[in-house]
Amino acid sequence: MAEISKKKALLIMLAGGAVAGFVNGFFGGGGGMIVIPLLTALLKTEKKKAHATTIAIILPLSLISGAVYLFKGAAKLDILAAAGGGVIAGGIIGAILLNKISNEKIAVIFYIVMIVSGISLVLFR
Amino acid sequence: MKVFWYILIGLCGGVLGGMGMGGGTLLIPMLTLFMKVGQHAAQGINLIAFIPMSVAAIVIHTRNKLIEKKIILPILASAVLTSAAGAFLSLKTGVGELRLYFGIFLIAVGGAYLTAAIVKKVKSKKQKGTATPDERHI
Repeated sequence: MAEISKKKALLIMLAGGAVAGFVNGFFGGGGGMIVIPLLTALLKTEKKKAHATTIAIILPLSLISGAVYLFKGAAKLDILAAAGGGVIAGGIIGAILLNKISNEKIAVIFYIVMIVSGISLVLFR
Repeated sequence: MKVFWYILIGLCGGVLGGMGMGGGTLLIPMLTLFMKVGQHAAQGINLIAFIPMSVAAIVIHTRNKLIEKKIILPILASAVLTSAAGAFLSLKTGVGELRLYFGIFLIAVGGAYLTAAIVKKVKSKKQKGTATPDERHI
């Protein structure tokens, strides 16, 4: 954060946080996709640290919004149990794979899948 | 049989999440498009399913001193409020409408990241040798 003034950095963090929080609550995820560029591009945080810090920012946000969805009866518990089990197992596999395969190529595939899913959602509602 | 698919979809999302690539943004459309889960339910499931993994990741990252504590609080100061507001507003939004917004969000974010990746690739090709090949992507 050496290149920008403290006041400016604080404003960026507050404004960016507001957007990321809203996205994460409204879409039930995706806040990290906002926080990462906020940290790397605007606050000049080193990439590895930016990823790690993003998780620490998104966790409390997910707890808050997750509680709202849960108490309003929006999260189906049987599906949550099955998918959640898969996420935990997958998370371990992903963390191991991270150091073994080129994730630049995977990232590009991931972005394309995102765009295609988005188009399907817009077209088939 | 359906349980098998839920676990498989969770696995896919988890692998991406574990690699730090925002697995949640794919878990939600996989649940809604393939399994016909409602948009709100899929979003709630996504938020909660990633909590245990995040806790584990934070423990590891803290040990490796990768978490910038100074940044967290100022961002959270506004984010905690908007994350609750966003969740309440989302639950008041109709399913079809929310799907449309979520679809647009995916196209916008996916498009922005894809463009950034392409720009970086072109730049690193222009100035070979100075690029850092080990930079991570979300």
